[in-house]
Amino acid sequence: MLGIDPTKIAFFAEVLVSGLLSGVLYALVALGFVLIFKASGVFNFAQGAMVLVAGLALVRAFGWLEASMPFWLALPLAIIFAGAVMTGIAWAVERFVLRKLVNQTALTLFMATIGISFVLEGLGQQIFGAQVYKLDLGLPRDNLFALESLFDGGILLNKLDLWSAVLAAVLVAALVIFFQKTRMGRALRAVADDHSAAQSVGIPLTRVWFVVWTVAGLVAIAAASIWGSKVGVQFSLVFVSLKALPVIILGGLTSIPGAIVGGLLIGAGEKLAEVYLGPSVGGGIEQWFAYVVALVVLLVRPQGLFGDRIIERI
Amino acid sequence: MFYREAGHFKDNYRADMATFPIREDRIGIITLLLIALVAIPLVHLAGIPPFAGDYFFNAILIPFLILAMAAIGLNLLAGYCGQISLGAGAFMGVGAYAAYNIAIRIPEMPLVLTFLLAGAVSALAGLAFGFPSLRIKGLYLAVATLAAQFFLDWAFLRMAWITNYSPSGSVSAPPLVFAGWHADTPVERYLVVLVFTIVVAWGASNLVRGNLGRQWMAIRDMDIAAEIIGIRPIQSKLTAFAISSFVLGLAGALWAFANLRSWEPYAFSIDRSFQLLFIVIIGGLGSIIGCFLGAAFILLLPLIVDAVPRWLSIPVPAGAGSNITLVVFGALILLTLIFEPHGLARIWGIAKHKLRRWPFPY
Repeated sequence: MLGIDPTKIAFFAEVLVSGLLSGVLYALVALGFVLIFKASGVFNFAQGAMVLVAGLALVRAFGWLEASMPFWLALPLAIIFAGAVMTGIAWAVERFVLRKLVNQTALTLFMATIGISFVLEGLGQQIFGAQVYKLDLGLPRDNLFALESLFDGGILLNKLDLWSAVLAAVLVAALVIFFQKTRMGRALRAVADDHSAAQSVGIPLTRVWFVVWTVAGLVAIAAASIWGSKVGVQFSLVFVSLKALPVIILGGLTSIPGAIVGGLLIGAGEKLAEVYLGPSVGGGIEQWFAYVVALVVLLVRPQGLFGDRIIERI
Repeated sequence: MFYREAGHFKDNYRADMATFPIREDRIGIITLLLIALVAIPLVHLAGIPPFAGDYFFNAILIPFLILAMAAIGLNLLAGYCGQISLGAGAFMGVGAYAAYNIAIRIPEMPLVLTFLLAGAVSALAGLAFGFPSLRIKGLYLAVATLAAQFFLDWAFLRMAWITNYSPSGSVSAPPLVFAGWHADTPVERYLVVLVFTIVVAWGASNLVRGNLGRQWMAIRDMDIAAEIIGIRPIQSKLTAFAISSFVLGLAGALWAFANLRSWEPYAFSIDRSFQLLFIVIIGGLGSIIGCFLGAAFILLLPLIVDAVPRWLSIPVPAGAGSNITLVVFGALILLTLIFEPHGLARIWGIAKHKLRRWPFPY
């Protein structure tokens, strides 16, 4: 093929696809950030802690329920339980933190979410335990080989990654329908455009915030179930949020498609860089490469790829 | 009653421009300095608790002073110039490793000069990572500064020459010697750190009320307006990054040489950056005294959370301690932000205001 060694192309494709699939996982976490930023202007650092708490609630409830009832009943009940926990968190955050911090600067709100993330991490581990829990939701996790006709030996893929991509696609479709077609979604977009204008036409700000934090909590459950199946439910899930930060500034803080595209770009870019550039500089560049990519993009487009244009007035 | 601006008549510009124009303030600060420089070491020599042992110096006073100094560095950038940085810890690391490399490669260099050079290296790093601030603003910039944090973390870990090819990545600082004087005991190290902190605090408080500080504040309040009235954003933003990183680098060198003595790259991780940001926010953005109040608050809080159940003899199950500390810490951050968004410095200001009117309510 074009005089290039086909096994090299197959290897490149394998790295690219695995990068894209891990990018989907970043995008899942990034979605939670974008949702909250869009509707309340809060840069929610606690999203990682929310993923942790969602995962812990899910895995503990699932383990407990599975002992007494069949799998198909235990799983939905566990998800409902985790959903209830996340709804409770959303209510508490709105009632005790956001409502008191109306009209504060973005930085203050950002710091407040760091405080929230400490509280969630401490409470979550105290209530649900702090070990590493294995999460098995019955998703297939064996490997498969794709495109064997094209390349010798095909491309190695993990079915779990494919399932997470499907889940992410369903989630994004659902969110788009929710934002575009439902009454509440319209209210959320109105609040995102202009807080005070939305309030003046009678949209209840506090309820909108509660709803959007709940939706972000549900997205956190989806992210936690995928990440938990992959690496186990453990404290390190908190750091997933640090992986999602370059994704959202790359895609733009206010854009849902931006979170997805940003996630794919970062995932693929960081895997390719690690494989092809990493060895020449000592390896381990995954941890900062995403940030540097995001930085370079921001230098050209300060609002990210899909973010709303920043208009400044005196 | 005891504290007032009225009745202080100045007959020359020098007196008018003094750092502490009010006599009560001057008396207060001199008393404070005498306590810190003379009384505390004397009390230590006399063996009066809690200053008797080394613990109080090692665990509280030295970290407090260095963190306060680092917080001043971050406050110059975040509080005065309005550029939020989440990479402060990494710049402390640059200072620490620069000082280490200079000290082991050029052993004859005086240590004070080493520290200043370490600050200069850190300032250069700050300049390099400050360039995006000319184009990126606000929360985007805050996340972009994380690039500095993660890149430098990686460099400390992977670039072997930085740690002088130490196989484990942990390095030990050479002894603290100033012109033949060995600062080995905790009290001596405390005095070294104290002198540096006083100089930095004095310098910073003069800097922010001068030309440069006013430029920074204009940029912070609205950069377009500042540009229109003739302030160059490039110049003032980059000086803010450079000076802030200089102070952070100096604090990092002291943190490594006077506090930790031997350290691993983890000592300057993102946790340190967040700790500094908390100190600045809780202490008060744009306030020098706030840095000291915030540092004391952040440092004492975990100790108090640990100690209170012990005093009240409430049994705490093993393992719950760290979780409870985390929850209480987070809750206190939230409470501070909700009830006093301007930080402890504002409470200090209110207290001074009350003192002015005392004993009358208004």
